[in-house]
Amino acid sequence: MDFRSGAELLALCAREDCRISQVMRRRECALGETTDDEIRGRMSRVLEIMRESTARPIKTVQRSMGGLIGGEAQRLAAHAAQNRAICGPVLQRAVTYAMAVLEVNASMGLIVAAPTAGSSGVVPALLLALQEEYHIPDQRLLDGLFNAGAVGYLAMRNATVAGSVGGCQAEVGVAAAMAASAAVELMGGQPGQCLDAASTVLMNMLGLVCDPVGGLVEYPCQSRNAAGVANALVAAELALSGVPQLIPFDEMLAAMYNVGRRLPSELRETALGGCAATPAACQRCGGCG
Amino acid sequence: MSFISVFDVLGPNMVGPSSSHTAGAAVIAGLARKLIAPPLKRVDFTLYGSFAKTYHGHGTDRALLGGILGFDTDDLRIRESFRIANERGLTFAFTSNETETDLHPNTVDICMENAAGQVMTVRGVSLGGGKVKIVRINGVEVDFTGEYSALIVIHRDTPGVVAHITQVLSEHNVNIAFMRLFREAKGYTAYSIIESDGNLPDDISGQLRGNPNIRDVMLVQS
Repeated sequence: MDFRSGAELLALCAREDCRISQVMRRRECALGETTDDEIRGRMSRVLEIMRESTARPIKTVQRSMGGLIGGEAQRLAAHAAQNRAICGPVLQRAVTYAMAVLEVNASMGLIVAAPTAGSSGVVPALLLALQEEYHIPDQRLLDGLFNAGAVGYLAMRNATVAGSVGGCQAEVGVAAAMAASAAVELMGGQPGQCLDAASTVLMNMLGLVCDPVGGLVEYPCQSRNAAGVANALVAAELALSGVPQLIPFDEMLAAMYNVGRRLPSELRETALGGCAATPAACQRCGGCG
Repeated sequence: MSFISVFDVLGPNMVGPSSSHTAGAAVIAGLARKLIAPPLKRVDFTLYGSFAKTYHGHGTDRALLGGILGFDTDDLRIRESFRIANERGLTFAFTSNETETDLHPNTVDICMENAAGQVMTVRGVSLGGGKVKIVRINGVEVDFTGEYSALIVIHRDTPGVVAHITQVLSEHNVNIAFMRLFREAKGYTAYSIIESDGNLPDDISGQLRGNPNIRDVMLVQS
């Protein structure tokens, strides 16, 4: 039970009459020579770390190593507590959580790379926000993580998830594609709709550069995670509404990879272009000496 | 691990902020420590490329030292590794080398000295996502990742040694996934690296050492 592309994944889902998460579970058991109990245990630990990393900064501000971020999640939570949030409950929570996870990450706290540390906020943020709003049990949320894992695996196999290779579109972009696909499955969508949503995310985030101020995983990474969540939610909504996606996931992934490799090196995690090269960022960082 | 697991995508579980600069650094140092008999007395790290430029802000230094102390990528003690190393009487130093630039951007040399006075230098490269590669041991180019259990045999470059190694492995019913031979020069020191699925039997080390041409044997279990 293995698949090399989105098309093969959908064919397997059709043949076995099952969801993407089920295919991914069976693949893990077969190729990893392990049991469903074992992988459920490991994924439960992943979920536990994710949940803790979305919650901690709302209670206690986490100061980052580089000093560029800290306290954003608490501000968002306070704003919402005053009934002043304009995003609606799911997105408002998800944005807060995404910012929170990056706060934990930047302060050397415990996170799950999903698929990278720099994009670790998107998947937990959207899944946990949906869980709260729709009372999704943990066991179903684990399905969401396996679904997200399938999309991330295809990106790692057939393209890249490294900002240094493909820009932020490959990091936060792929994370958001994973989250969108998982959200569609959790909300009752079909496998094809999951990959449509993933494709839409990559389309809408195409070309996004990786330009961390001072070379640190802080700014604009944190805000980009929040934006990634919004992109994921929009794409999932489109897919669940039955809006067709013209470009199949595999083709969009290839397009993302091609664009990524054409980005000049200044815009691929070297901190030499984009946000990192603005006068304000340079003044704050002072790294070039 | 020979395939991309769902836990390679949703993982590693790690102390932030960077899978390449923090988690990968801890993994490299964790592999390096397995190549020399404990306890360690002193360790010197030389950082290259992006490691040299941004190591402080990424906690690369704490992660490297944490790996040497045996901490996994998700062990929060990584944050306190300087203090813990001091408590354990381990001397350490970090040096940035920004003049050598034709290396992989995330490269580190780890020079370790143990209480017995043995010295071992290991070069590791962080490939992203917590994936790493050991590319040099004591100046000899090698190549292994730690994803498989690895047997590293240091021996004289002379006929019959590899036959002895494979004989011992065969007697223990070990299935070889990859086997590679590296050497300094003809007739000098050679390194045989054998990677295998699952754990390697611990008692093969003693049996391998029975051959007078074999100088040292290291087991790095996956």
